[in-house]
Amino acid sequence: MSILIFADQAQGKIKKAALEAVQYGAKVAAQLGTTATALVLGPVDAAELSALGNYGAQKVLHAADARLHEVESIVYTKVIAEAAEKEGSQVIIFPHNFDGKAVAPRVAARLKAGLVAGAISYPDTSNGFVVKKNVFSGKAFAHVNITSDKKIIAIIPNTFALTPGTGTAAVEAFSPAIQDSDFKVKVVKTETVSGDVPLTEAEIVVSGGRGMKGPENWGILEDLARALGAATASSRPVADAGWRPHHEHVGQTGLTVRPNLYVAIGISGAIQHLAGVNGSKVIVVINKDPEAPFFKAADYGIVGDAFEVVPKLTAAVQKLKQS
Amino acid sequence: MKILVCISKTPDTTAKIAFTDNNTKFNEAGVQFIINPYDEWYALVRALELKETIGADVHLVTVGGADCDPIIRKALALGGDEAFRINADSADSFYIASQIAAHAREKQYDIIFTGKETIDYNGSGIGGMVAELLDLPYVSIAAKFDLNGTVATVNREIEGGEEICEVSLPVVVSCQKGMAEARIPNMRGIMAARTKPLTVVDPVAADTLTSVISFELPPAKAGVKLISPDNVDELVKLLHEEAKVI
Repeated sequence: MSILIFADQAQGKIKKAALEAVQYGAKVAAQLGTTATALVLGPVDAAELSALGNYGAQKVLHAADARLHEVESIVYTKVIAEAAEKEGSQVIIFPHNFDGKAVAPRVAARLKAGLVAGAISYPDTSNGFVVKKNVFSGKAFAHVNITSDKKIIAIIPNTFALTPGTGTAAVEAFSPAIQDSDFKVKVVKTETVSGDVPLTEAEIVVSGGRGMKGPENWGILEDLARALGAATASSRPVADAGWRPHHEHVGQTGLTVRPNLYVAIGISGAIQHLAGVNGSKVIVVINKDPEAPFFKAADYGIVGDAFEVVPKLTAAVQKLKQS
Repeated sequence: MKILVCISKTPDTTAKIAFTDNNTKFNEAGVQFIINPYDEWYALVRALELKETIGADVHLVTVGGADCDPIIRKALALGGDEAFRINADSADSFYIASQIAAHAREKQYDIIFTGKETIDYNGSGIGGMVAELLDLPYVSIAAKFDLNGTVATVNREIEGGEEICEVSLPVVVSCQKGMAEARIPNMRGIMAARTKPLTVVDPVAADTLTSVISFELPPAKAGVKLISPDNVDELVKLLHEEAKVI
């Protein structure tokens, strides 16, 4: 009857979004009077596994099978369904990241479990099993009741702040029944930007728009990002013009981010861009046009030339960090 | 080659979001409806490109009432060959996926394309559910799709990068930016769409596993605090002491 949490890894490290899912699952378990079991697939260090206890997992099921290193939705679905059966889980939690989006719907269809994808609240069980989720690309919320016996919740990364404690989790090896023939989608190559914080997990994001005038000017933005420990992002016109790689594009047709701080530089703030960032806790807008619609969605704003303001801001942040 | 493109009717990206009936229904007054952008710009156009390069029948399917017919005609005008509207309320993703899977089981497609998510419900679940119900491989959130015979090379987005995957047809793929460039229907397409077949199909029996109880709008922002460009120290101080984010 345990709550099962799919805790995904990349290159052997449990993702931050997965830790958030574990912590969320542990809270739901406490709410429902049961325990939380995290499921980790693929080779991962032992220390990473037992550390899940700090986020409230009582138990960690670990399938170390090297073939599970990358997500194959058919295989992952089989494995998660087997783990849910073994644990008697009626509720399964996923992070609503790329892995969660690849796998959670399949698991939902297989188990006939109602799925709320993009959840931003704990379930309200006072009248049914109601979870709040983002709809209309963050412009509104819906309260969704899961009416099936089995339930799946996929939570948006960076929504539930991590508050690690000092628990311990019992790690149990898990050998699911999978065959080589189950693997239909083969990853032939992985191309990642190494060393950087993934944009969707970043706590601070510095983003540039057309107002940056060209890719050669990104240096001042990257300097600010470095000073803040932030990831860099861009608006759609910037990605379309090829100034910055597509995977940095934030907005309705790009990534949705929910950092603690989003700094928008030279971005006018079209409704489609706002859809990708309006879950940010604090928004700072730097734009020389006082009429830029982004100011209406901002918490703090500077009306000024980015090429003058940004280097000064970087220096001020560095001063703060050194103090 | 037979390709199925799943399309959904959504409010325009710039539509004002408001609710009626005690916040239980989306307020459609004055709202323009469009083909969900991911379904149109990426899924449908990539299917049409494949039709033009290697030859394919491109079918369209949507789950909804007669109010979906205008967007289906637009998809036909862009170049789809034949459309199916499963005449049912599109309230729950498992229910919708069950309808599409029943249709696809009968027609036996080589490729099923969906958008990566709809811009109204943001569920991103239909592709994966259809794949599971049909026991087919699934590549989610793809930015590129190429075919070499019956083997597809698909770029799948992951955190901070891409995985380049290979998979044999048949396959279900959810599409995002990068797959294709948006197109505008031409007059010939619009005229041709009028006579292309649009078949209304009765739904199969399927379970509904979720239901929306109510909607809610986010609280209004308190208003921007403007800081002089000559006083960036003040901004840093506010972010550190007031907002506590740095």
